[in-house]
Amino acid sequence: MAERRPKIVGFCCERHGMDAVVLSAQSGKQMDASVRLVQVPCTGRVDGIHLLKAFEDGADAVFVLGCLEKNCYYDTGSIEGRKRVDYVKQMLAEVGIEKERLEMFNAASSNAWMFPGIVAKMVEVAKKLGPIGGGDGH
Amino acid sequence: MIVAKRKPLDEIVEMIAPYKKVTVIGCRSCVAICLAGGEKEVKMLVSALKVRNKKDHRHQEFEALVVERQCEKEWVKEVEDKIIGSDLVLSMACSLGAQTIGDMYPERLCFPGLNTGIFGVPEEQGVWSEKCIGCGNCIIHTTGGICPISRCAKSMLNGPCGGSANGKCEVNLDVDCAWAAIYDRLKLQNRLDLMEKITPAKDWSTSHSGGRRIFVREDAKLTPHQKKGREAVQ
Repeated sequence: MAERRPKIVGFCCERHGMDAVVLSAQSGKQMDASVRLVQVPCTGRVDGIHLLKAFEDGADAVFVLGCLEKNCYYDTGSIEGRKRVDYVKQMLAEVGIEKERLEMFNAASSNAWMFPGIVAKMVEVAKKLGPIGGGDGH
Repeated sequence: MIVAKRKPLDEIVEMIAPYKKVTVIGCRSCVAICLAGGEKEVKMLVSALKVRNKKDHRHQEFEALVVERQCEKEWVKEVEDKIIGSDLVLSMACSLGAQTIGDMYPERLCFPGLNTGIFGVPEEQGVWSEKCIGCGNCIIHTTGGICPISRCAKSMLNGPCGGSANGKCEVNLDVDCAWAAIYDRLKLQNRLDLMEKITPAKDWSTSHSGGRRIFVREDAKLTPHQKKGREAVQ
Protein backbone atom coordinates (compact mmCIF):
# COMPACT_ATOMS: atom_id res chain seq x y z
CA MET A 1 0.00 0.00 0.00
CA ALA A 2 1.34 3.42 -0.98
CA GLU A 3 2.45 5.67 1.84
CA ARG A 4 -0.19 8.17 2.82
CA ARG A 5 0.66 11.69 1.68
CA PRO A 6 0.26 14.24 4.46
CA LYS A 7 -2.39 16.88 3.98
CA ILE A 8 -1.04 20.34 4.50
CA VAL A 9 -2.97 23.59 4.15
CA GLY A 10 -1.10 26.86 3.79
CA PHE A 11 -2.61 30.32 4.02
CA CYS A 12 -0.36 32.68 2.08
CA CYS A 13 -0.70 36.42 1.79
CA GLU A 14 -0.94 37.64 -1.79
CA ARG A 15 2.03 39.93 -1.31
CA HIS A 16 5.39 38.69 -0.07
CA GLY A 17 4.17 35.23 0.97
CA MET A 18 2.71 34.26 -2.39
CA ASP A 19 5.54 35.95 -4.28
CA ALA A 20 8.00 33.70 -2.47
CA VAL A 21 5.86 30.65 -3.33
CA VAL A 22 5.62 31.59 -7.01
CA LEU A 23 9.34 32.31 -7.24
CA SER A 24 10.03 28.95 -5.63
CA ALA A 25 7.79 27.18 -8.16
CA GLN A 26 9.45 29.03 -11.04
CA SER A 27 12.81 27.79 -9.89
CA GLY A 28 11.53 24.23 -10.30
CA LYS A 29 11.48 23.15 -6.65
CA GLN A 30 9.41 20.03 -6.03
CA MET A 31 7.10 19.50 -3.07
CA ASP A 32 6.44 16.04 -1.70
CA ALA A 33 3.05 16.60 -0.10
CA SER A 34 -0.49 17.48 -1.04
CA VAL A 35 -0.11 21.09 -0.10
CA ARG A 36 -3.21 23.14 -0.64
CA LEU A 37 -2.51 26.83 -0.71
CA VAL A 38 -5.14 29.39 0.11
CA GLN A 39 -4.28 32.86 -1.09
CA VAL A 40 -5.50 35.59 1.24
CA PRO A 41 -5.22 39.37 0.81
CA CYS A 42 -3.21 39.58 4.02
CA THR A 43 -2.44 37.17 6.86
CA GLY A 44 -4.24 39.67 9.08
CA ARG A 45 -7.38 38.46 7.30
CA VAL A 46 -6.84 34.88 8.42
CA ASP A 47 -9.24 34.21 11.24
CA GLY A 48 -9.12 31.51 13.89
CA ILE A 49 -12.11 29.80 12.32
CA HIS A 50 -10.24 29.40 8.99
CA LEU A 51 -7.38 27.62 10.75
CA LEU A 52 -9.64 25.38 12.84
CA LYS A 53 -11.83 24.59 9.83
CA ALA A 54 -8.77 23.33 7.95
CA PHE A 55 -8.10 20.84 10.76
CA GLU A 56 -11.79 19.98 10.97
CA ASP A 57 -11.77 19.19 7.24
CA GLY A 58 -8.84 16.81 7.47
CA ALA A 59 -5.60 18.78 7.39
CA ASP A 60 -2.73 17.17 9.29
CA ALA A 61 -0.84 20.43 9.53
CA VAL A 62 -1.56 24.05 8.70
CA PHE A 63 0.74 26.97 8.16
CA VAL A 64 0.34 30.68 7.58
CA LEU A 65 2.90 32.48 5.44
CA GLY A 66 2.97 36.26 5.53
CA CYS A 67 5.25 39.20 4.93
CA LEU A 68 8.18 39.91 7.22
CA GLU A 69 6.78 41.56 10.33
CA LYS A 70 8.56 44.87 9.84
CA ASN A 71 7.96 44.87 6.11
CA CYS A 72 4.30 43.89 5.88
CA TYR A 73 2.50 45.38 2.90
CA TYR A 74 -0.36 46.33 5.20
CA ASP A 75 1.97 47.39 8.00
CA THR A 76 0.72 45.17 10.84
CA GLY A 77 -1.14 42.41 8.97
CA SER A 78 1.42 39.69 9.59
CA ILE A 79 1.58 40.67 13.28
CA GLU A 80 -2.20 40.20 13.47
CA GLY A 81 -1.81 36.89 11.65
CA ARG A 82 0.74 35.68 14.18
CA LYS A 83 -1.54 36.66 17.08
CA ARG A 84 -4.35 34.58 15.59
CA VAL A 85 -2.00 31.65 15.05
CA ASP A 86 -0.84 31.87 18.67
CA TYR A 87 -4.45 32.02 19.88
CA VAL A 88 -5.46 28.97 17.84
CA LYS A 89 -2.34 27.12 19.03
CA GLN A 90 -3.64 27.60 22.59
CA MET A 91 -7.03 26.36 21.50
CA LEU A 92 -5.47 23.30 19.84
CA ALA A 93 -3.70 22.54 23.10
CA GLU A 94 -7.08 22.69 24.84
CA VAL A 95 -8.52 20.37 22.21
CA GLY A 96 -5.64 17.98 22.85
CA ILE A 97 -4.04 18.48 19.44
CA GLU A 98 -0.30 19.04 19.13
CA LYS A 99 0.43 22.74 18.80
CA GLU A 100 3.21 22.16 16.27
CA ARG A 101 0.62 21.17 13.72
CA LEU A 102 0.11 24.89 13.22
CA GLU A 103 2.90 27.33 12.43
CA MET A 104 3.36 30.89 11.24
CA PHE A 105 6.18 31.83 8.87
CA ASN A 106 7.30 35.13 7.44
CA ALA A 107 9.10 35.64 4.15
CA ALA A 108 10.18 38.41 1.82
CA SER A 109 9.18 38.18 -1.85
CA SER A 110 12.70 37.15 -2.78
CA ASN A 111 12.91 34.35 -0.19
CA ALA A 112 12.01 31.59 -2.66
CA TRP A 113 14.40 29.24 -0.85
CA MET A 114 12.24 29.38 2.25
CA PHE A 115 9.11 27.78 0.84
CA PRO A 116 10.43 24.23 0.24
CA GLY A 117 11.87 24.36 3.76
CA ILE A 118 8.50 25.39 5.22
CA VAL A 119 6.73 22.57 3.39
CA ALA A 120 9.42 20.08 4.43
CA LYS A 121 9.06 21.14 8.06
CA MET A 122 5.27 20.80 8.03
CA VAL A 123 5.49 17.45 6.20
CA GLU A 124 7.89 16.20 8.84
CA VAL A 125 5.48 17.28 11.60
CA ALA A 126 2.50 15.73 9.81
CA LYS A 127 4.34 12.45 9.24
CA LYS A 128 5.56 12.32 12.82
CA LEU A 129 2.13 13.02 14.32
CA GLY A 130 -0.05 11.31 11.71
CA PRO A 131 -3.64 12.27 11.00
CA ILE A 132 -5.75 13.69 13.82
CA GLY A 133 -7.55 10.84 15.52
CA GLY A 134 -5.27 8.31 13.80
CA GLY A 135 -7.74 7.73 10.97
CA ASP A 136 -7.30 8.39 7.29
CA GLY A 137 -7.51 12.11 7.84
CA HIS A 138 -11.02 12.53 6.43
CA MET B 1 -21.54 45.69 29.45
CA ILE B 2 -21.53 42.14 30.72
CA VAL B 3 -18.13 40.55 30.20
CA ALA B 4 -17.82 36.80 30.03
CA LYS B 5 -15.21 34.19 29.20
CA ARG B 6 -15.50 30.83 27.52
CA LYS B 7 -15.34 27.87 29.89
CA PRO B 8 -12.30 25.60 29.52
CA LEU B 9 -12.85 23.23 26.63
CA ASP B 10 -12.44 20.14 28.82
CA GLU B 11 -15.30 21.32 31.04
CA ILE B 12 -17.52 21.91 28.01
CA VAL B 13 -16.61 18.54 26.49
CA GLU B 14 -17.45 16.75 29.75
CA MET B 15 -20.71 18.68 30.12
CA ILE B 16 -22.01 17.90 26.63
CA ALA B 17 -20.59 14.37 26.31
CA PRO B 18 -23.85 12.42 26.89
CA TYR B 19 -25.80 14.35 24.24
CA LYS B 20 -25.84 13.54 20.54
CA LYS B 21 -27.41 16.64 19.03
CA VAL B 22 -26.02 19.84 20.45
CA THR B 23 -27.09 23.31 19.37
CA VAL B 24 -24.64 26.04 20.31
CA ILE B 25 -26.33 29.42 20.52
CA GLY B 26 -24.41 32.67 20.79
CA CYS B 27 -25.55 36.22 21.36
CA ARG B 28 -24.77 39.34 19.34
CA SER B 29 -24.87 41.70 22.32
CA CYS B 30 -22.35 42.10 25.19
CA VAL B 31 -20.64 38.73 24.79
CA ALA B 32 -20.02 39.39 21.10
CA ILE B 33 -18.34 42.70 21.94
CA CYS B 34 -16.15 41.05 24.58
CA LEU B 35 -15.22 38.31 22.08
CA ALA B 36 -16.64 35.47 24.14
CA GLY B 37 -19.91 34.37 22.56
CA GLY B 38 -20.53 36.13 19.26
CA GLU B 39 -20.80 34.52 15.85
CA LYS B 40 -17.05 33.97 15.45
CA GLU B 41 -16.61 32.47 18.88
CA VAL B 42 -19.57 30.13 18.42
CA LYS B 43 -18.20 28.90 15.10
CA MET B 44 -14.73 28.47 16.55
CA LEU B 45 -16.02 26.51 19.51
CA VAL B 46 -18.07 24.21 17.29
CA SER B 47 -15.07 23.67 15.04
CA ALA B 48 -12.83 22.95 18.04
CA LEU B 49 -15.39 20.49 19.42
CA LYS B 50 -15.58 18.72 16.07
CA VAL B 51 -11.78 18.39 15.96
CA ARG B 52 -11.82 17.11 19.54
CA ASN B 53 -14.47 14.53 18.67
CA LYS B 54 -12.46 13.45 15.65
CA LYS B 55 -9.48 12.92 17.91
CA ASP B 56 -11.54 11.04 20.50
CA HIS B 57 -13.57 9.08 17.91
CA ARG B 58 -16.81 10.41 19.35
CA HIS B 59 -19.81 11.28 17.24
CA GLN B 60 -21.98 14.28 17.99
CA GLU B 61 -23.99 16.61 15.77
CA PHE B 62 -23.45 20.31 16.23
CA GLU B 63 -25.31 23.32 14.99
CA ALA B 64 -24.04 26.87 15.46
CA LEU B 65 -26.54 29.72 15.82
CA VAL B 66 -26.48 33.28 17.03
CA VAL B 67 -29.40 35.40 18.20
CA GLU B 68 -29.55 39.15 18.53
CA ARG B 69 -30.08 39.18 22.31
CA GLN B 70 -30.40 35.91 24.14
CA CYS B 71 -31.79 37.54 27.28
CA GLU B 72 -34.94 38.62 25.43
CA LYS B 73 -37.67 36.12 24.71
CA GLU B 74 -38.60 37.56 21.31
CA TRP B 75 -35.17 36.80 19.90
CA VAL B 76 -34.94 33.36 21.47
CA LYS B 77 -38.35 32.49 20.04
CA GLU B 78 -36.85 32.83 16.54
CA VAL B 79 -34.74 29.70 17.09
CA GLU B 80 -37.37 27.76 19.02
CA ASP B 81 -37.47 24.86 16.54
CA LYS B 82 -33.70 24.41 16.86
CA ILE B 83 -33.93 24.40 20.66
CA ILE B 84 -36.74 21.89 20.70
CA GLY B 85 -35.08 19.77 18.03
CA SER B 86 -31.83 19.27 19.89
CA ASP B 87 -30.81 17.14 22.86
CA LEU B 88 -28.94 20.01 24.44
CA VAL B 89 -28.48 23.74 24.00
CA LEU B 90 -25.06 25.07 24.86
CA SER B 91 -25.52 28.76 25.49
CA MET B 92 -22.64 31.01 24.50
CA ALA B 93 -24.41 34.01 26.00
CA CYS B 94 -24.04 35.28 29.53
CA SER B 95 -25.94 33.46 32.25
CA LEU B 96 -28.94 35.70 31.55
CA GLY B 97 -29.24 34.30 28.03
CA ALA B 98 -28.80 30.71 29.20
CA GLN B 99 -31.43 31.21 31.91
CA THR B 100 -33.85 32.85 29.48
CA ILE B 101 -33.72 29.74 27.29
CA GLY B 102 -34.03 27.56 30.39
CA ASP B 103 -37.08 29.48 31.63
CA MET B 104 -38.76 29.48 28.23
CA TYR B 105 -38.22 25.78 27.63
CA PRO B 106 -38.00 24.26 31.12
CA GLU B 107 -38.23 20.71 29.82
CA ARG B 108 -35.20 21.24 27.56
CA LEU B 109 -31.58 21.29 28.69
CA CYS B 110 -29.58 24.48 28.36
CA PHE B 111 -26.00 24.45 29.69
CA PRO B 112 -23.64 27.43 29.97
CA GLY B 113 -20.67 27.61 27.62
CA LEU B 114 -19.38 30.81 29.22
CA ASN B 115 -18.50 31.94 32.69
CA THR B 116 -20.23 35.27 33.22
CA GLY B 117 -17.79 37.64 34.84
CA ILE B 118 -18.17 41.34 35.34
CA PHE B 119 -19.93 44.57 34.48
CA GLY B 120 -16.94 45.85 32.58
CA VAL B 121 -15.62 48.57 30.36
CA PRO B 122 -13.26 48.01 27.43
CA GLU B 123 -10.06 49.81 28.48
CA GLU B 124 -8.21 48.99 25.28
CA GLN B 125 -8.58 46.36 22.59
CA GLY B 126 -8.81 43.01 24.36
CA VAL B 127 -8.88 44.41 27.92
CA TRP B 128 -12.01 44.82 30.04
CA SER B 129 -12.09 46.05 33.61
CA GLU B 130 -14.77 45.89 36.25
CA LYS B 131 -16.30 49.25 37.15
CA CYS B 132 -19.67 48.41 38.68
CA ILE B 133 -21.09 45.60 40.78
CA GLY B 134 -24.72 46.67 40.49
CA CYS B 135 -25.09 47.57 44.17
CA GLY B 136 -28.36 49.33 43.44
CA ASN B 137 -27.44 52.69 44.97
CA CYS B 138 -24.97 54.65 42.86
CA ILE B 139 -22.79 57.24 44.61
CA ILE B 140 -20.24 58.13 41.95
CA HIS B 141 -21.43 61.76 41.87
CA THR B 142 -19.67 62.09 45.24
CA THR B 143 -16.52 60.20 44.26
CA GLY B 144 -15.43 61.98 41.12
CA GLY B 145 -17.23 59.52 38.86
CA ILE B 146 -15.19 56.57 40.13
CA CYS B 147 -16.94 53.67 41.83
CA PRO B 148 -15.22 52.73 45.11
CA ILE B 149 -17.47 49.70 45.54
CA SER B 150 -16.20 47.86 42.48
CA ARG B 151 -12.78 49.42 42.07
CA CYS B 152 -11.62 49.16 45.69
CA ALA B 153 -10.89 45.62 46.87
CA LYS B 154 -12.44 46.48 50.24
CA SER B 155 -15.23 48.68 48.85
CA MET B 156 -14.10 51.45 51.19
CA LEU B 157 -16.45 54.42 51.41
CA ASN B 158 -14.38 57.05 53.21
CA GLY B 159 -10.93 57.18 51.72
CA PRO B 160 -8.21 54.59 51.20
CA CYS B 161 -7.18 51.86 53.59
CA GLY B 162 -3.66 51.56 54.99
CA GLY B 163 -2.67 49.31 52.13
CA SER B 164 -2.70 52.06 49.53
CA ALA B 165 0.84 53.02 48.45
CA ASN B 166 2.06 55.09 45.52
CA GLY B 167 -1.40 55.03 44.00
CA LYS B 168 -1.52 51.22 43.96
CA CYS B 169 -3.60 48.65 45.81
CA GLU B 170 -1.99 46.25 48.28
CA VAL B 171 -4.14 43.42 47.01
CA ASN B 172 -2.61 43.69 43.55
CA LEU B 173 0.17 46.13 42.75
CA ASP B 174 -0.90 46.21 39.10
CA VAL B 175 -4.22 47.71 40.12
CA ASP B 176 -4.70 51.39 40.87
CA CYS B 177 -5.99 52.29 44.31
CA ALA B 178 -9.56 53.47 43.72
CA TRP B 179 -9.31 56.10 46.41
CA ALA B 180 -6.04 57.50 45.08
CA ALA B 181 -7.81 57.79 41.73
CA ILE B 182 -10.82 59.42 43.39
CA TYR B 183 -8.54 61.94 45.15
CA ASP B 184 -6.78 62.82 41.88
CA ARG B 185 -10.10 63.20 40.06
CA LEU B 186 -11.69 65.36 42.76
CA LYS B 187 -8.58 67.53 42.84
CA LEU B 188 -8.85 67.98 39.09
CA GLN B 189 -12.48 68.99 39.53
CA ASN B 190 -11.73 71.35 42.46
CA ARG B 191 -14.02 69.30 44.66
CA LEU B 192 -11.54 67.99 47.22
CA ASP B 193 -13.90 69.08 49.99
CA LEU B 194 -15.88 65.93 49.21
CA MET B 195 -12.98 63.86 50.57
CA GLU B 196 -13.80 65.20 54.02
CA LYS B 197 -17.50 64.38 53.83
CA ILE B 198 -18.33 61.29 55.82
CA THR B 199 -20.33 58.68 53.96
CA PRO B 200 -22.41 56.62 56.38
CA ALA B 201 -22.40 52.83 56.34
CA LYS B 202 -23.90 51.61 53.09
CA ASP B 203 -27.33 50.09 52.96
CA TRP B 204 -26.59 46.85 51.13
CA SER B 205 -30.23 45.80 50.98
CA THR B 206 -30.39 47.29 47.47
CA SER B 207 -27.54 45.01 46.38
CA HIS B 208 -27.65 41.27 45.89
CA SER B 209 -27.25 40.91 49.65
CA GLY B 210 -30.92 41.86 49.90
CA GLY B 211 -31.91 38.84 47.84
CA ARG B 212 -32.98 38.58 44.22
CA ARG B 213 -33.85 41.97 42.81
CA ILE B 214 -36.65 42.70 40.38
CA PHE B 215 -36.95 46.12 38.76
CA VAL B 216 -40.43 47.17 37.70
CA ARG B 217 -41.54 50.09 35.57
CA GLU B 218 -45.29 50.20 36.14
CA ASP B 219 -46.12 52.39 33.15
CA ALA B 220 -44.37 49.99 30.78
CA LYS B 221 -46.14 46.89 32.11
CA LEU B 222 -49.01 45.45 30.14
CA THR B 223 -52.46 45.43 31.68
CA PRO B 224 -54.22 42.03 31.89
CA HIS B 225 -56.36 43.16 28.96
CA GLN B 226 -53.29 44.03 26.86
CA LYS B 227 -51.63 40.74 27.79
CA LYS B 228 -54.67 38.83 26.60
CA GLY B 229 -54.65 40.70 23.32
CA ARG B 230 -50.95 40.01 22.76
CA GLU B 231 -51.37 36.34 23.57
CA ALA B 232 -54.23 36.15 21.07
CA VAL B 233 -52.03 37.67 18.35
CA GLN B 234 -49.22 35.22 19.10
